[in-house]
Amino acid sequence: MPKDVAIVGVGQSAFVRGYPGSIRELAFEAFREAMQDAAITVKDVGASVVCSAPEYDKQRTPSGLIAEYLGLIPQPTFIVENVCSSSTSGIRVAYSLIKAGLHDVVVVLGFQKMSEITSQDSQERMGRGADIMFESPFGTLMPAYYAMHARGHFAKYGTTEEDLALIRVKAASYGVLNEKAVYRKAVTLEQAMEAGPVCSPLKVFDCCANADGASCVILASADKAKEISKEPVYILGLGAASAPMNVTGRNTFSGLDCAKLAAKEAYEMAGVGPQDIDVAEVHDCFTIAEMMAYEALGFAEPGKGPELIRNRETYKEGKIPVNVDGGLLSKGHPIGATGGSQVRTIVLQLRNKAGAIQVPGAEIGLVHNIGGVGIYGNVIIFGR
Amino acid sequence: MGFERFGSKSFTSQAKVSEFVDYLDKGELAYTKCRTCSQAYFPPRADCANCLGNDMEWIAFEGNGKIVTFTHTMYAPTGFEADAPYTIVVVELDGLKVLGRMNKEVPVDTLSVGMPVKVEIVKLPDGQVTYEFLPA
Ligand SMILES: [Zn+2]
Repeated sequence: MPKDVAIVGVGQSAFVRGYPGSIRELAFEAFREAMQDAAITVKDVGASVVCSAPEYDKQRTPSGLIAEYLGLIPQPTFIVENVCSSSTSGIRVAYSLIKAGLHDVVVVLGFQKMSEITSQDSQERMGRGADIMFESPFGTLMPAYYAMHARGHFAKYGTTEEDLALIRVKAASYGVLNEKAVYRKAVTLEQAMEAGPVCSPLKVFDCCANADGASCVILASADKAKEISKEPVYILGLGAASAPMNVTGRNTFSGLDCAKLAAKEAYEMAGVGPQDIDVAEVHDCFTIAEMMAYEALGFAEPGKGPELIRNRETYKEGKIPVNVDGGLLSKGHPIGATGGSQVRTIVLQLRNKAGAIQVPGAEIGLVHNIGGVGIYGNVIIFGR
Repeated sequence: MGFERFGSKSFTSQAKVSEFVDYLDKGELAYTKCRTCSQAYFPPRADCANCLGNDMEWIAFEGNGKIVTFTHTMYAPTGFEADAPYTIVVVELDGLKVLGRMNKEVPVDTLSVGMPVKVEIVKLPDGQVTYEFLPA
């Protein structure tokens, strides 16, 4: 199990609807928290990786602007974009920069101010997150693609709308505790089941909300981490994969192949298996996404995901706690910031500093972050 | 030019596979097949990712398909608002998968995974051309 690169600082802004500031100020909120957490200065930082889905930005080439505002000039900076999985892809790049010996300390800053553009413009972009030649002309949209995976899971395994609703009920029960979450109300099973339709079989509470937010993860080489950090959290394994954007190229609608491949790679690199994971953050932009993650990550056999949630095994007290920070369903999903927020939760868990949501004795944690509807998959495993 | 006529709203004008639209005009939904290595493609491609060739033949789909998955959406991206609600469907046809919409008159509660469907070419009043699915 490699222990070459560690996380030495994490930070996150509150995820909110309509952030009352500019993107540079939003980014700084996460950066300040992560730098104070790492107890380093900008002189210690070798490079920055800025992560954002630029179709939401009015600022062209935001990495330069953000790095300037963070005080990370003249160090190299560049942008990494993989839509919803941008910041875990940024972490993969930062890991490589450190492992290659180019830099000792790298800042990964993810942000998205989704309210920067009008909701009309946002709807317009949503239609182009698919194959624009052969899918977008039919008026396809993100929830429709996840809905078609829900239909696929239902048809193959007998999964029900209630199984998905149970995932939202769990998420909301933890969202109540998360001061940085955009949705902080409890959701009952009845509320989730009676909510209006979005894309059948998905209903309003099966979907996460857009939000504005920023996250920051600071990575360091093992030697540097030992020098500057009392509680480094090591990256033990990383996996990444892709799948056809046009869903007609997919083999199955009951799971995401990119997630399965990324998980396999991350487990092999870390030398651990699903049974070794103490706490996980998975990409639950929709309830069905969390259900498919249970199976892709091996927490449940294919088709057995519903049993995990029915038996409350993914609650904090269960066999494999998942998204005990409320997940994207409660926190909101500021595209470029999402993966970094997931990593922050796991780092706090492994430091035993997660407060009310602490999983006792958590030693190995996992992050699963998906870009688009399974176009890009990143899985990262962390340990103390 | 030519590809901008595909769908009620197209996002692409120039494409080497714009013959796709010519086939729709003739009332046929077509895919491409590599003459060198026999790999078949839908969506149609001008280039073969399998053998790197570009000698493609056009073949019209024949017969019925079956539903792989579907969703009935209440919301639509900008430019499609007037169409909502509508049903998006993935169909297996001649060993390939095709994404499209169900005919608007077909109630979504009559659909199921595995159900046989047929393809129909639709010529829109503004000169655009597309296809949709109907129960077979
Ligand atoms: Zn070929």
